[in-house]
Amino acid sequence: MHKEAAIRQALILGDKSYHDITVDVVGPIENKAPTAWYVLITIAGLIALWGLGCITYLISTGIGVWGLNKTVGWAWDITNFVWWVGIGHAGTLISAVLLLFRQKWRMAINRSAEAMTIFAVMMAALFPGIHMGRIWVAYWVLPLPNTFGSLWVNFNSPLLWDVFAISTYFSVSLVFWYIGLIPDFATIRDRMSKPLAKKIYGFLSFGWSGKAKNWTRFEEVSLVLAGLATPLVFSVHSIVSMDFATSVIPGWHTTIFPPYFVSGAVFSGFAMVLTLLLIMRKVMKLENYITIKHVEYMNIVIIVTGSIVGVAYLTELFISWYSGVEYESYAFINRFSGPYMWSYFAMMTCNVISPQLLWFKKIRTSLTATFILSIVVNIGMWFERFVIIVTSLHRDYVPSSWSMFYPTWVDVGIFVGTIGIFFTLFLLFARFFPVLALNELKTILKVSGEKYKNEDHH
Amino acid sequence: MATHNHHNRVIHAMFDDDHRLLDAAKVLVAQGIRIKEVYSPFPIHGIDPVIGVKRTRLAVVSFMFGAAGLSLALLGMWYFMIYDWPMNIGGKPSFSLMENLPAFIPVAFEFTVFCAAHGMALTYMLRNGTLPGMQAVNPDPRTTDDKFVMEITDADNQDLNADDLNTMLKNAGAIEINQKDLAR
Repeated sequence: MHKEAAIRQALILGDKSYHDITVDVVGPIENKAPTAWYVLITIAGLIALWGLGCITYLISTGIGVWGLNKTVGWAWDITNFVWWVGIGHAGTLISAVLLLFRQKWRMAINRSAEAMTIFAVMMAALFPGIHMGRIWVAYWVLPLPNTFGSLWVNFNSPLLWDVFAISTYFSVSLVFWYIGLIPDFATIRDRMSKPLAKKIYGFLSFGWSGKAKNWTRFEEVSLVLAGLATPLVFSVHSIVSMDFATSVIPGWHTTIFPPYFVSGAVFSGFAMVLTLLLIMRKVMKLENYITIKHVEYMNIVIIVTGSIVGVAYLTELFISWYSGVEYESYAFINRFSGPYMWSYFAMMTCNVISPQLLWFKKIRTSLTATFILSIVVNIGMWFERFVIIVTSLHRDYVPSSWSMFYPTWVDVGIFVGTIGIFFTLFLLFARFFPVLALNELKTILKVSGEKYKNEDHH
Repeated sequence: MATHNHHNRVIHAMFDDDHRLLDAAKVLVAQGIRIKEVYSPFPIHGIDPVIGVKRTRLAVVSFMFGAAGLSLALLGMWYFMIYDWPMNIGGKPSFSLMENLPAFIPVAFEFTVFCAAHGMALTYMLRNGTLPGMQAVNPDPRTTDDKFVMEITDADNQDLNADDLNTMLKNAGAIEINQKDLAR
C-alpha cells in the first residue's frame, strides 16, 4: 500500500469508513433540504429572473440601453465576461493541474469547483452573445457556408480564437466533470429507495457498474483529460487577453497580458471557490472533508497568484514610463490620476495589498478572514477588468472624443442577474448532485484519513 | 468454453476491503481459478494484472483524434483563409498556410484539444457501455458503496469444486458468498 509521510496532515478527519463517506455525501441529497436552502434559492432565483428580464429587454430593444457610447464601446459587458471566465479557471485548474501534480487535497474540492467553472463559463459566454446585438445570428461566429460568397469568419482575429477557446474549454470541462460524476451517480442510484429518484439517478449514471476494466479506463481517461485540460486552462485566458493585447490601444497592447491574465484568473477563481465552499462545508456539514488545511492550501495559491498579479501591475506601470511612448505613458498616468483613479486604487487595494495578509498563518487558517478576503479579491478582480477596459478606452487619441462611461440600470441589472443565475445553478447542484467526488475520496481514505494515519504511527 | 461438470454457476464473493479482495484474488489465481470480473466502488490499484485485464489503449485513441483534429483545423483554415477567399486584413495579406501559420496556432491548438478530448470521451463511453439508457449490471447495490465483489463462473473454470472454493474464499476474508445456478 502507498504510504504517506507522517508529517503530512490528514485530509479526511474523524473516524470515517468507506460507508461513512457515502452517507455523508449522499445523505443531504436523500434528506429534505434545510430551510436555508429554500430561502437562498428563492433570493437567487428572483435575482436571476430580474437578470433574465433585463436581458430580454436588452435583446428586444438593442444595446443602446447600455451606457456604451462612441468612445467606450466595451465596458461592463466585457468586464463581466472576463471576470466570469476568470472565475471559471479554478475548477479545471484544480481537477487537471492538481491531478497531474498528484495533489490529493484536490479530491474534496474538485467536484464543486468544476461545477462552479461550468456555471461561470456559461455566464461568461452570455456576454459576448448579447453584446452582438443580434443574438439570433450568433451562429455567424462559426465557419459555415453562407450566401455571402461564401464569406468566412476571420481566423486571424483573436475574437474568433476566443470563440474556439471558450467553446472548447466549456465542453471539455463539462465532459471531464460528467465522467467523474457517473460513478457517483451510480452510488446514489444504488442507495435511493424512492422509485422516481432511483430512475433519474439510474439514467444519469448511464448504467455504471464499477467493473475492473471500467475503472482502468476511468483512470486513464481522467489522466489524459487532465493532460489535455492543463494547457487548455492556460490557453483560454491567454486568448482572452489577446482580445486586448493584439489591438493597438495604449494600455492593452502589451506582451505580458497572457501570463498576467492567467494568474489573475486563477487568483479570482480560487477566491470564488473559497467563497462558495466556506458556506457549503458549513451548511452541508462537510467540515471533515473540506478541512482548514484545504482552506490553507487554497489561500497559498491565492498569495502566489495574487503576488504575480501585483508584479504584473507594477511591471506594466514601469514599462509604460520606460517605453517612452507618450500615449502608453498617458494611459497609465490617467489610470492612477484620472477620473477613474478610484477604481484603480480599489483594484490595487483588493488585489495587491489585501492578499498579502494571507502570509500570516493565523489569517490564512481563519475561516472568517478567508471568507472576507475571498470576497474582497473577487471585487478587486472585477475592478481590474473594468480598469483595463474602460480607462484604456475612455480617453483615446483624439481629445475631442474623450468621454466617460456611466452604467445604466440595464448594465447593473444584467451583471447582478448573472450572479443570481450562477447562484441558482450552484444551489441546484448542491442539492441534487454529489458535491464531493465521493468515490475518488475513498481511494485516499487509507492514505490520508485521520484514523488510518494515526494507526500507522502509534 | 466447454465445461465438463453439470453446473452453470455464478459465484459472487463479497469483501469489505479492497486490499483483502486483492490478496484473495492473488491466492485464487495462483490456484488456477479464473476470476471473471471484479466490481468495486472505486479503482482497486493492482487488480488488473491479477485478473488479466489488459491496459487500455484509450490514450492512443485520444492521440489519433487529436492528430485528426489538428489536420482538419489546418486544412480548414488553409481553405477558408488562403484558398477560397483570401483577404487582406489590416495590411496582413493571406499568402500561404506556412507564412500565416502564427495566427492559426490558437485555433489549431483548441481544435486539437477539442477533438482529442471528445473523441476519447465518446470512445470511453462506447467501450464501457456506459451510455444514456443503459442498465447497471453490478450484482449487488452495495458494490457502489463500500463492498467489493469478485465474480467466478463455471463457464470460465472447468471442474470447479464449490466446497474448496468456498473454503478458500472464506479463508481469504470473504464476508458473503452468493451462488446462483443458472439454467444450462
